[in-house]
Amino acid sequence: MLVSTLHATIPDAATFSVCAAVIMGGAVGVITARNSVHAALSLVMTLFGVAVLFIEQQADFLAVVQIIVYAGAIVVLFLFVIMFLGVDRRENVAEEPLRGQRPLALLLVVIALGGVIALGVNAHWATGRHSVAGSTTAGHHPNVYVLGKSVFTTYLFAFEATAALLVIAVVGAVVLARRPRRGPADPEAGEVDEGPDEAAETGGGVAGTPAEAMVGTEPGGEGRG
Amino acid sequence: MVHAAYLMALFPLAGFVVLVAAGRRLGDPWAGWVATAAVLGAFVVACVSLAGLLGEPTSARHFSADYFSWITVGGLQVKVGILLDPLSMTMCMFVTGVSALIHLYSIGYMRDDPEYPKFFVYMNLFVFSMLLLVLANNLLVTFVGWEGVGVCSYWLVAYWHERDSAASAGKKAFIYNRVGDVGFLIALFLIFSRLGTLDLPSIFAHRHALGSAGATAAALLLLMAATGKSAQIPLFNWLPDAMEGPTPVSALIHAATMVTAGVYLLCRMNAVLALSPDAMWVVAVIGGVTAFVAATIATSQQDIKKALAFSTVSQIGYMMLAVGTGAYVAAIFLMVAHAFYKALLFLGAGSVIHGLHDEQDLKKMGGLARLLPWTYGTFLVGWLAIAGIPPLSGFWSKGDVLANVFRKSPALWALGVVTAVLTAYYMTRLFVLAFRGDDRWASSVSGHPPQPPHESPWVMRLPLVVLAVLAFAGGVLDLPWVHHSGLASWLAPVFAHTLYADHESAALQTVLVVVDGVAGLLGLGLAFAAWRGVVDRPALEPQFLQRVWYWDDLYDAVIGRPGQAMARVAATVVDTRVIDGAVNGVAAVVRRSASSVRRLQTGYVRNYALGIALGLAAVIAFLVSRVWWS
Amino acid sequence: MSIPGEWYLILAAALFTVGALGLLVRRNVLVMFMCIELMLNAANLTFVTFSRMLGDIGGQVIVFFVLVVAAAEVVVGLGIVVAIFRRRTQTSADDLRQLKG
Repeated sequence: MLVSTLHATIPDAATFSVCAAVIMGGAVGVITARNSVHAALSLVMTLFGVAVLFIEQQADFLAVVQIIVYAGAIVVLFLFVIMFLGVDRRENVAEEPLRGQRPLALLLVVIALGGVIALGVNAHWATGRHSVAGSTTAGHHPNVYVLGKSVFTTYLFAFEATAALLVIAVVGAVVLARRPRRGPADPEAGEVDEGPDEAAETGGGVAGTPAEAMVGTEPGGEGRG
Repeated sequence: MVHAAYLMALFPLAGFVVLVAAGRRLGDPWAGWVATAAVLGAFVVACVSLAGLLGEPTSARHFSADYFSWITVGGLQVKVGILLDPLSMTMCMFVTGVSALIHLYSIGYMRDDPEYPKFFVYMNLFVFSMLLLVLANNLLVTFVGWEGVGVCSYWLVAYWHERDSAASAGKKAFIYNRVGDVGFLIALFLIFSRLGTLDLPSIFAHRHALGSAGATAAALLLLMAATGKSAQIPLFNWLPDAMEGPTPVSALIHAATMVTAGVYLLCRMNAVLALSPDAMWVVAVIGGVTAFVAATIATSQQDIKKALAFSTVSQIGYMMLAVGTGAYVAAIFLMVAHAFYKALLFLGAGSVIHGLHDEQDLKKMGGLARLLPWTYGTFLVGWLAIAGIPPLSGFWSKGDVLANVFRKSPALWALGVVTAVLTAYYMTRLFVLAFRGDDRWASSVSGHPPQPPHESPWVMRLPLVVLAVLAFAGGVLDLPWVHHSGLASWLAPVFAHTLYADHESAALQTVLVVVDGVAGLLGLGLAFAAWRGVVDRPALEPQFLQRVWYWDDLYDAVIGRPGQAMARVAATVVDTRVIDGAVNGVAAVVRRSASSVRRLQTGYVRNYALGIALGLAAVIAFLVSRVWWS
Repeated sequence: MSIPGEWYLILAAALFTVGALGLLVRRNVLVMFMCIELMLNAANLTFVTFSRMLGDIGGQVIVFFVLVVAAAEVVVGLGIVVAIFRRRTQTSADDLRQLKG
């Protein structure tokens, strides 16, 4: 399989290498950063790299969604929580209280990686099969068209279920982050109600809801120093 | 007339049921009369059946009827029914007759006993079981009767159960019987497995299918059962202990009926026995040796009932000897005569004990001849009968046995003659010590001044008289010169052979008869010489004989102690350490393994995540291995 | 010609591995969460790669849904983190060991 790699074009190869470096650099940064904010920013780096690779593989819509949702909302959410719980908390990365955790973890992930690489090299991927959900480029339609058609027809039920899941997540978050006293509950209620409507309109409007829920708890969080 | 023979067994059963229901209300003495009437009814039916059988020609004296089907399981078909032939008829006659007399006697003997009705309940049940045993036409039904008499014997021996010795004696009797019953059961299994039936006529018809080894085994197993029930070596030492029961019990069960059941069984199975000459030799040897050993022991006994008990063992030894040498008719003749005179002797002894207010030690009796005249007179008849003095029944019956034994084995005959001398000796000793000599009872140390012994009431005297007459005249059943019309010809259809003695020369027969008479008189004379006026003769009563040749001690050491030791080991070692240890050990293993597995739950999420990573690595490794080796 | 799919797969595997290692080694709860996001991204990359290799839009649809569910999961997860560590001084996963056996 790897022999055919030499047919790749230069721009593709360059893009891939750079993105690979960015991704791995970000990943290593996440796991080695002492400051949590640095870790969050490294995560953003990785997410960008993955988005570029999505574009590289003709999954344009997903790349954009990745940036908007993942890098734009989820990481921001992370940052909010880091701020909320104290940004200057540093973890001593060097020491490890649990005996044998690090060597064993290293060993296991090396085995896993080695196994997957071995499988990737030697396994025979099924090619030429009929597609399950339709071709990626049916009649030269844009990627959004094909993806949207598939989501809203074949996988409509999953789509609706996911929407319900989002509502549940919002409710759960509100309940979890609430303070025992009922005080600031009412002002939050209005903002929470907007969430499900927005979520139903666009699949990408998810970002608003959790953020607004987080905003709603801020008055409760002001009690802390 | 023969068709109603089953009523023989039903009468005592009805008496049993009535007494169980209403015995306590009937009380003393009506419960006793009801019981006696039931057995008397059985006797009447027996006489009617006898008349019916006698009316048939010799070859047709055989009545068999099935009444209901008891077990029908696969190949095992057991029907309850009766087999009435000369042998069972003879047994029924003397069983019901002697039982009726003893029941009558018990009305007087057991008077003032607090549990008077209970006694008769057991007695009637016993008679029913014995008749079932005798009349059954199926070995399994015989076994039911066999067990029935065993359990009634237990109840009656342990009748005064508040006494430790009585309770132990009852247990001992039952356990020894049980050991013998194992032989019976295995014989039943063997016969069923080889012949596929337990029906007596079928067994006799197909007995050759047993094979010679099977026949020997079956015969020896039945002998084992017989030694248990009839108190022969090696299962005989329960009988002296069984004298703890009331004297009528000793008379009925341990003299006349139950102990003869073993001999009856062997006689009934004579067709099978005949297939194995080796087994018959064993029977004869056991009989002869038992007769001799028991006779020696009886010479040294102090208790009047124990002396009579050993006498019973000895006499049954004679019967076994006769069976073993093929002289079945002689065995039955002796059985009938023995029933008469031994029951008489026991009832007489009971009369003595009753008169002396429960004194049983021979050394504390004496001079009763003039105080208990009726008892004395009847006991005299019994004594002469058992000693083998002509012309009483004992002489003729024992003579028959010895004559036939001589034909088969002079050695056993000699043993039998020596035993006859001893029999006359010890019975005379007993008679002299009890009835003649000084009034030793007057000086017995029982605290209060001794009351003079009184004669028994008429209910006790009548049976004594009847039995005395029978003991005296019983010989007419089978006098040597009328064998062709006496018991021998009557029993001939049941037993293939006739008496050997018939084939001997008249001169030899006369010699044997004379030897018998001389033996009896010799024993008599020796005893009179030794015991006239002298009460204590330690030299003639060695400990060895008094302690039953140390037989009880032998069993205690060989079986009793090891058995208790095994039980102790089982309780302390096996039960506590092995079984409890295993159970507790399983729990301990579970606990220990659980506490070590528990350490996996550290509480750290990262450790759990490590577990997931481990699983992941394992799955990937497995997939890789699949790809590699595919 | 584009890059062969196997390269993407190996890259995704490496990313996943790094994420797993981070999850096992780091104690800060928020960093552990970010490592989980790394692993999810690795899975997304794999799916998209297969979608291209097999010419099936289903791979991209899956990624779409994974994205949504990951977002919901982060919401709830961070809500829990806030609820637990609100009053503590350290956000260390090692502090939560009340379920020790």
